Amino acid sequence: MYNAGKIIIGIVIFLALITAPFWYNFGKASTPPKLEIGTQEKQCVESKAFMQSSHMVLLDQWRDEVLRVGKRIYVNSAGKQYNMSLQNTCTKCHSSKTKFCDRCHTYLNVAPNCWDCHIAPKEQEKQAGRSDK
Amino acid sequence: MDETRRNFLKIAGLSVLGFGAKPVVDAVAGTGEPKFEKDPQALNGKRWAMVVNQKKCLNAKEGCKDCVLACNSAHNIPDFPNPKDEIKWIWQVKYENAFPGQENPYIDEYVKKSLKGLPFMVLCNHCDNPPCVRVCPVQATFRRPDGIVVMDYHRCIGCRFCMAACPYGARNLNWRDPRPFIKKENPEFPTRSRGVVEKCNFCSERLAVGKMPACVEACKDKALVFGDLEDPNSEVRELLRTQPSIQRKPQLGTRPQVYYIL
Amino acid sequence: MLEKALRGNKSYFAWIGFLLILVGMGFGFYLRQLGLGLGITGMSRDVSWGLYIGQFTFLVGVAASAVMLVLPYYLHNYKAFGKITILGEFLAVASVIMCLTFIVVDLGRPDRAFNVLLYPSPNSVLFWDMVVLNGYLFLNIFVGWTVLEAEAKSAPPPKWIKPFIYLSIPWAVSIHTVTAFLYAGLPGRGFWLTAIMAPRFLGSAFAAGPALLILICLFLRKYTRFDAGWQAIQSLSKIITYAMVLSVFFVLCELFTVYYSQIPEHMYHFTYLFVGFHGHSGLVPWMWASTILAAIALILLINPNTRNRTGTLAIGCASVFFSLWIEKGIALVLTGYIPSPLETITEYHPTLPEIGIVIGVWALGFLVLSILYKVALSVKLEAA
Repeated sequence: MYNAGKIIIGIVIFLALITAPFWYNFGKASTPPKLEIGTQEKQCVESKAFMQSSHMVLLDQWRDEVLRVGKRIYVNSAGKQYNMSLQNTCTKCHSSKTKFCDRCHTYLNVAPNCWDCHIAPKEQEKQAGRSDK
Repeated sequence: MDETRRNFLKIAGLSVLGFGAKPVVDAVAGTGEPKFEKDPQALNGKRWAMVVNQKKCLNAKEGCKDCVLACNSAHNIPDFPNPKDEIKWIWQVKYENAFPGQENPYIDEYVKKSLKGLPFMVLCNHCDNPPCVRVCPVQATFRRPDGIVVMDYHRCIGCRFCMAACPYGARNLNWRDPRPFIKKENPEFPTRSRGVVEKCNFCSERLAVGKMPACVEACKDKALVFGDLEDPNSEVRELLRTQPSIQRKPQLGTRPQVYYIL
Repeated sequence: MLEKALRGNKSYFAWIGFLLILVGMGFGFYLRQLGLGLGITGMSRDVSWGLYIGQFTFLVGVAASAVMLVLPYYLHNYKAFGKITILGEFLAVASVIMCLTFIVVDLGRPDRAFNVLLYPSPNSVLFWDMVVLNGYLFLNIFVGWTVLEAEAKSAPPPKWIKPFIYLSIPWAVSIHTVTAFLYAGLPGRGFWLTAIMAPRFLGSAFAAGPALLILICLFLRKYTRFDAGWQAIQSLSKIITYAMVLSVFFVLCELFTVYYSQIPEHMYHFTYLFVGFHGHSGLVPWMWASTILAAIALILLINPNTRNRTGTLAIGCASVFFSLWIEKGIALVLTGYIPSPLETITEYHPTLPEIGIVIGVWALGFLVLSILYKVALSVKLEAA
C-alpha cells in the first residue's frame, strides 16, 4: 500500500470522529423523560403500546383519510369512534405539547413539523412554542 | 429445494409481512379492525358548486365584506400588509377583472347603475377539468370525487406550477411565515407553513360535519348559494334553471363550477 | 483525471477562488431565504416565478446546445469539432447543474423536493422535466468523461459508448421541448400559449449556447495554449447565424399572430413587453436592448466579412448571448404573468438577496465548468 502511514492515520481520525457522540455519552445513564399526559381519560384511541410505537403511522393514516379520502371518523379496534384530528382530538386530552410531545421528541432528537401548521393547545404557564424548522 | 432453506424463506417472508402490517396486527389484537368512516352528519354531494347571485348582493350595505371576513377567520388566513405577499381565498374584484374580455360600455353601465357598482366575489372555481391538478408534480392538489379541488399542505413542495396554471388567480403561496400575521387564530383549523400553496377548499372541513361553507353562512343577503349540481332539486339547480348565468373564462375548457347571476 | 484540476497557475487559482467567494455569498443569501422564505425575493402573488425560473429556462437552452457539436461530430464525422465537442458536453453538464440548482432555490419547501420521486406524477410536465434533465446530466457526464479518459490513454473511445452518444442527441432536443411545454400547455397564460414555444426555445438555444462556446474558445485561444481551430469556430458561427435567424423569425411569427388576430389575452402581454401597458413599462428597456442586440448580432453574423474576423465575431456572439439571455432569462417568464389572469398589473423587481443567489448559482456553474475544462484541456494538451 502506498502512503500506508497517512492512510491509516486518516482512517483512525475518521473512525474517532464518527464515533465521537458514542464515546461522549459512554457510561452515562440516560433516563427517558417522564411525560405528562395531562388527562383523566384512561384510554387513548389505541393501546398505549401501539401509540408509543406507532402514533406517527396512525397520524399519517388519519391525515390521508381526512384529506385525501374525505373520511373523518376513526373507529378504533374496540369500536369506539373518534374525530380524526390532531388539533381537535389528540390535544383535547394531551393538553400540553411541551410536557408530552416535546419531551420525548427532544429526548429522541426528532423534529416533526406538525406544529408548523397545527395549532398547539394553549398552555397555562407559557404559550407553547413551535418547532420552527 | 432443501427443506431448511424453504422454511427459512417462509419465515423470512412472513416476518417481512408482519413488520409491514404491524399497525393492522396490533389493532386486530383488540376486538376488530380499525375503520375509517364518514361523519353521518356530513353533507354529501356528487358535484358541489356555487352560485354567486350578484343581484342579491345589492342589499348589502356599501363595503360589506362579511363573506371574506368569515372565510378569513375560519381558515386562519393571514393578513399581510404588503400586497405582494397577500393570501386570498375569496375576495372582491371589479367586473372587468372577474370577466376580462367580456366588458363593453353597456355592461359597464349595467354594473354601475343596476348592480350599484358593487364588487364581484371571486374564489377558486373548483374546475371539473382543473389545470392546477394536471400540472402538480406531487399530487398535492387533486380533485375529489365530489368535485372539490383540494390541497394537501403536507405534500406541497412550493414549486408554484399550479399558480402559473390557474387561469383565475385563485392560488396563493405563503411567501412568508403566515402565523405572525393571523389576527385571531381559529383553534379548530390549522394554519399553513411558509412555502406551501393554498386556496379555497369549498369549506370541505365544514361540509364534513354538516355545515355550509363559511362564506355562504355569513352572507345575510343569501347572495352566495352552495349545493349539489347533480341533485335536480337543489337550490343551485333551481337558480341556474330560472336565471341566466355566466362562468369565468369558460372558453378555456376548465369547466369552472362557480356560476354568476348578474 | 480530476487531479488535473488541482494543478494550475496563479490566475487559474485566483479565478477559482473568486468563483468560490461568489458561491459562498450566494449560499449566504440562500440561507437567509431558507430562514425567511421566498418572501425575501421580488416574486409575488401575481408574478409567482421570477429570475430563478427565468435563468433555469435560459440555461436549459445552453445545455441543449451541446447537440450542435455532438451531432455533426459523431453523426456526420465532422472532424473539425473533434477538439471542442468535449467542451460542448461539459458546458451542458455545468448548465444542467445550474438548472437543477435554480429549481431547488425556487422551491418553497426544498426539504420536500424528493416528493417528486415519492409521488411520481406523469401528468405533470415538471415531473418529466426532472426526468429528462437528470437523464441529460448523466448522459453528458458519462459520455464526456469516458471519451476524455480514452483520449488521456491515447486510445480510441470504447465502442459501447456510441449508443449513449446517439441517445444524447434526441435527449438534448427533449430537454428543451419539455421545458417549453412547462409554459406552452397552460390555458390561462396567453403569452405562453403558443405551439411555436418549443421550436422557438430550440432556435434560441442553438444560438445562445454555441455563442457562449465561441466566446470561451476565443478566450482560451488568447490566454491558453489551447486552440479550438479556426475551422471549428467558423462552422460554429454559421450554426449560430442560422439559429439566430430562426429564433428572430419565430419571434416575428409570434408578433404577427398576436397583432393580426388582435386577441387581447395574447396581445396585451406583448404590448406590455415592447411598449408598456397602462403606464407600466418595467420590461420595455430590457426588451429593446434585446432587440437591438439581436439586430447587431444578425448584421455582424450574416455578413461574412464581419463573421470571419475575430473581433467582430466576438461582438456578434456576445450580442447573441445577451440578447437571448434577456429574452429568455428575463422577459419570457415575467411577461407571462403581466398582465395577470384578472388583467391587473403587478410588476416585478428582483431583490438584492435574489440577485445574490442568482449570481451565486451562475458562479457555481462557472466553477463546475472551469474545473471540467481544466481537466479536458490538460488531457488535450498532454495528448497533443
